[in-house]
Amino acid sequence: MKKAILYLNQFFGQVGGEEVADHAPEIREGLVGPAMALDKALGNDVQVTHTIICGDNFMGSRQEEAVDTILGFLNGLEFDIFFAGPAFRAGRYGAACGHICKAVKEKFGVPVVTSMNDENPGVQMFRSEMYIFEGGKSAAAMRKDVGKMAKFGVKLLFGEELLSASEEGYYGRGIRHQKWLNPEVPAVDRVIDMLLKKVRGEEFISELPMPELDLVPIAPAIKDLSKAKIAIATTGGIVPLDNPDRIQSASATRWGKYEVSKLDSLSGGVYKTIHAGFDPAAADANPNVIVPLDALRAYEKEGRIGSIHDYFYTTVGTGTTQAEAARMGIEMVEDMKAAGVDAVILTST
Amino acid sequence: MVKEIEKAGITVVQMANLIPVAKTVGSNRMVPTISIPYPLGDPNTSQEEQWKLRYHRVGIALDSLETEIKEQTVFKVKI
Repeated sequence: MKKAILYLNQFFGQVGGEEVADHAPEIREGLVGPAMALDKALGNDVQVTHTIICGDNFMGSRQEEAVDTILGFLNGLEFDIFFAGPAFRAGRYGAACGHICKAVKEKFGVPVVTSMNDENPGVQMFRSEMYIFEGGKSAAAMRKDVGKMAKFGVKLLFGEELLSASEEGYYGRGIRHQKWLNPEVPAVDRVIDMLLKKVRGEEFISELPMPELDLVPIAPAIKDLSKAKIAIATTGGIVPLDNPDRIQSASATRWGKYEVSKLDSLSGGVYKTIHAGFDPAAADANPNVIVPLDALRAYEKEGRIGSIHDYFYTTVGTGTTQAEAARMGIEMVEDMKAAGVDAVILTST
Repeated sequence: MVKEIEKAGITVVQMANLIPVAKTVGSNRMVPTISIPYPLGDPNTSQEEQWKLRYHRVGIALDSLETEIKEQTVFKVKI
């Protein structure tokens, strides 16, 4: 028998409405509210053992305390999966489900599953980190939404074959998987089929959908470059010969920074590329074709720029998901800010 | 990565061969490079030509960092 625990807010936990939204976290043995439907939908081999209830405002304004308290409740309990919601279109509830699921997943390493309507801001906040099923607008969809979560939960718990995000019904997390097609149609046939459809003006579905354009505000121009500190970053996989941080050659999740403060250029035989997406010969022979330290050093000597940052930043950009790239970017930027970097030249291959 | 850097308020230029991809992903300042395996120096040309090209294009990248822009901009290169 596998065990599940469900998180609910004060309303669905049947404590009360808005007037008790400050309700402190509590845990009850057994089933409260939607836990009954979930328990039933999970079938005979999975049992919901506990229901956790927390007021939305308590989670919203005292999040750390709420999360710590709930993790404390869970410590010592046996459970194989954690559910939260469904949260429908309730924004605070959606965010609460996301926060608690994230914390539970990190601390206990169990799968976490929740459900929200696509208008719920919790979807964008947490979709890359957990399974969030597409839910209805209101509690009228309770049975259906609980059913989707339960069905997938059972698949996870018993190691059944998982389909893609859209087939299963959760919001894509930005993770790509290798998959065997049935029937097996070679890529070359699929692409020609797609091309013919395009030529005929018919609808086709790309296998590599581009995320919608999401522009960031343009950073201001540097007023005086001769006083600015410039850093170089690259997705071209240039690393010291022994690749000390073991950055992956494709689908990278790691990045590195390497000191170049005493170098005028990057030498072949000392640096190389580990990028698996192109012929490395040119870059191995002269890594400056990807990380143009030599040219930038020349501009530094001329006084065109103030200085070059002591380190360059590097990872591999092939097969790397946007979610991973964004995370690595965030990590790099923290380091750049701490070092007082004013501007960045990022080369990509 | 470019977007996260820019979001943090650090001025950034992307030097890329696949400019349409850079645009789609949301880079604001872009300078084209010549290829994927050797963005800034064709090994089939002399060292001197490679250096000239690299020095020129990195120079354009520096120009772009000094230029106020109102929309996504691909900066023109001469060599």
